[in-house]
Amino acid sequence: MALDASLSGRAFAPTPPYTASREKIAEFTEATGAEPIDGGETAPLTFPILIAFKAMTALMTDTEVGIELHNVIHGEQRFEQTRPVRAGDELTGTLTIDTLRTAAGTDMIGTRTEVTTTSGEHVATAFALLLHRGAGA
Amino acid sequence: MSWAAGHELGPESYVVTRAELVRYAGASGDFNPIHYSDRVATSVGLPGVVAHGMYTLALVGRALTGWVGDPAAVQSFGARFTKPVEVPDDDQGTRVEVTGVVKEVDGESATLEITVTNNDTKVLGMCRAVVRC
Repeated sequence: MALDASLSGRAFAPTPPYTASREKIAEFTEATGAEPIDGGETAPLTFPILIAFKAMTALMTDTEVGIELHNVIHGEQRFEQTRPVRAGDELTGTLTIDTLRTAAGTDMIGTRTEVTTTSGEHVATAFALLLHRGAGA
Repeated sequence: MSWAAGHELGPESYVVTRAELVRYAGASGDFNPIHYSDRVATSVGLPGVVAHGMYTLALVGRALTGWVGDPAAVQSFGARFTKPVEVPDDDQGTRVEVTGVVKEVDGESATLEITVTNNDTKVLGMCRAVVRC
């Protein structure tokens, strides 16, 4: 089943607050083999994916949306950064479906997750293109 | 930084082993089994365990941070995940190379075109970054 075209433009509830601890930043930095940035106070550039991934997981497991999780491929990822994540930031992500196209049995779901602090400061916008196979099946 | 169009950056070379993928799965929360189980990876048509696309993009972020010196100078970056990076079950792993070239400078910012290869094959498409200069 193709996804419902009315999903385009839909915004989802913000993800629960997540505090970027020094320890989590260190773990993420080490996992990519990088040196600590700014004495471990600043997170690596792709750190906001943690929040965006939570928002995308909520979307993909929402039974009303009807995405079959095992048929999803991460096709593209882009970030626009206002500032890097810093230790102590309390972050939340709000996902919107920007675009939805179906071609050759694949839904192409363009998502945008605004990652902000819980006090409303913009940190980054994560754009992900999710490819969902099975639309024509 | 004072970059001009045509300025080349890198190459940066990174080794990726299965152990790195396990660490990254834990750090990022992405536990898709194609990144640790050959059985699941081959069942969906992959040659074997592959790196997370976001792991490869994290390596781009690491290269970019080194080139720019300050992650706060990065305004945007991203890529298409066009080819998987297969990571063998051995101690040597596989190598990912990242190079960049300055395509355009407009006074305020510079656009970098980034090439990411694994075994001489490009694994990311449209990999670009815009940095403040």
